[in-house]
Amino acid sequence: MAESPGMPDSHWPLWEVFTQGTDGEPFEHAGSLHAADAEHALQNARDVYTRRGEAVHLWVVPSAAITASAPSDAGPFFDPGNDKAYRHPQFYKAPRGVRVF
Amino acid sequence: MTPPIRQLPADDPAQVAAFEARIAAGESIEPKDWMPARYRSQLTRMMSQHAHSEIVGMLPEGNWITRAPSLRRKQSLIAKVQDEAGHGLYIYCGTETLGVDRFDLFNQLLDGTAKYSSIFNYPTLSWADMGVIGWLVDGAAIVNQTVLAKTSYGPYARAMVRICKEENFHKRQGYEICTVLANGTPAQRAMLQDAVDRFWWPSLMMFGPSDTNSPNSGELLRWKVKRKTNDELRQRFVNLTVPQAQALGITVPDPDLRFDPETKNWVFGEIDWSEFQQVIAGHGPCNRERLEARRTAHADGAWVRAAATAHAEKRARRTEAA
Repeated sequence: MAESPGMPDSHWPLWEVFTQGTDGEPFEHAGSLHAADAEHALQNARDVYTRRGEAVHLWVVPSAAITASAPSDAGPFFDPGNDKAYRHPQFYKAPRGVRVF
Repeated sequence: MTPPIRQLPADDPAQVAAFEARIAAGESIEPKDWMPARYRSQLTRMMSQHAHSEIVGMLPEGNWITRAPSLRRKQSLIAKVQDEAGHGLYIYCGTETLGVDRFDLFNQLLDGTAKYSSIFNYPTLSWADMGVIGWLVDGAAIVNQTVLAKTSYGPYARAMVRICKEENFHKRQGYEICTVLANGTPAQRAMLQDAVDRFWWPSLMMFGPSDTNSPNSGELLRWKVKRKTNDELRQRFVNLTVPQAQALGITVPDPDLRFDPETKNWVFGEIDWSEFQQVIAGHGPCNRERLEARRTAHADGAWVRAAATAHAEKRARRTEAA
């Protein structure tokens, strides 16, 4: 069990795995894993997250490279997009009986 | 056996109230959200035990890979055991989002301080056990995990959704094995009955202690970590499984089993909780063997981890030099 310092495999960098289900679809976050480098991360991601043809393409991204919005920001950060009903088609009135779309 | 319980810092009551309001509103809790220290520690306990169970769960079935009766069965069994490894990894990664290190969790498993599902401390003595494990053990796991897929902690719920999809194959392949044996020779039917006799009660124990003796349940239900009690899930499993046993023409080793037309439940006899406590405490038939096998596997894999690290370091140096 004794492993030399710096060796434990979970001290390998953490990677976030994104899968694209079929060509042309957006990539979706599938989960994360530890791997020594990017190539290793891709191989592990294939084995861990795509055993049943779940993906035609994979991205692996070092978790440390991701900048996320803070949970405490959830309200104020997205606020500018929440009070602008005029950005939605339903905001506009069309004369009765006219098919606008 | 339990890791030492550290004294947790007291939570700010206002934050707890806000947290509980979010839970009540059905919101999902994510890693960076504030959570009570108890919520974090309970989830760490549950998720790491679950991850360990997936990993140790590979051992009883790995035992039969080389002796599977056909190539078809062997392929399925390898795929199933590989799935369990994947499930372990999903849940370890999910547990790490709570701020623990997989390396520490691994060491807790290897040094025997961590718990895992008691079912994996029973031996797999015959090929029928592969069928019965798929049918009963994975069946029980599905009942449990289907509900956990709605747990309040986002990373755990998402791992469960993925796992549930894959476990359905496990159960179907197990029940298929049982069906073939049930329609086989008298010796095959006897082998199936023997496997059911050995795994029935341990499968019911998989849902954990009775609600009257489950100290963690109240809190876990309130925080929607659990959505159903142990006894509710156990009853659901029995109700689903008894008709499947009848279809196989085998008996369930419980003289008290009867259908209650009022509640539409299959009422079952008293579980031998002393056996459950014994196995949990490390005195089951295979506890030592399982841990020994895990330690050996981990030690044997050390060179692979070292090689991967060395390879990555070498490539990084080359990239720097270029």
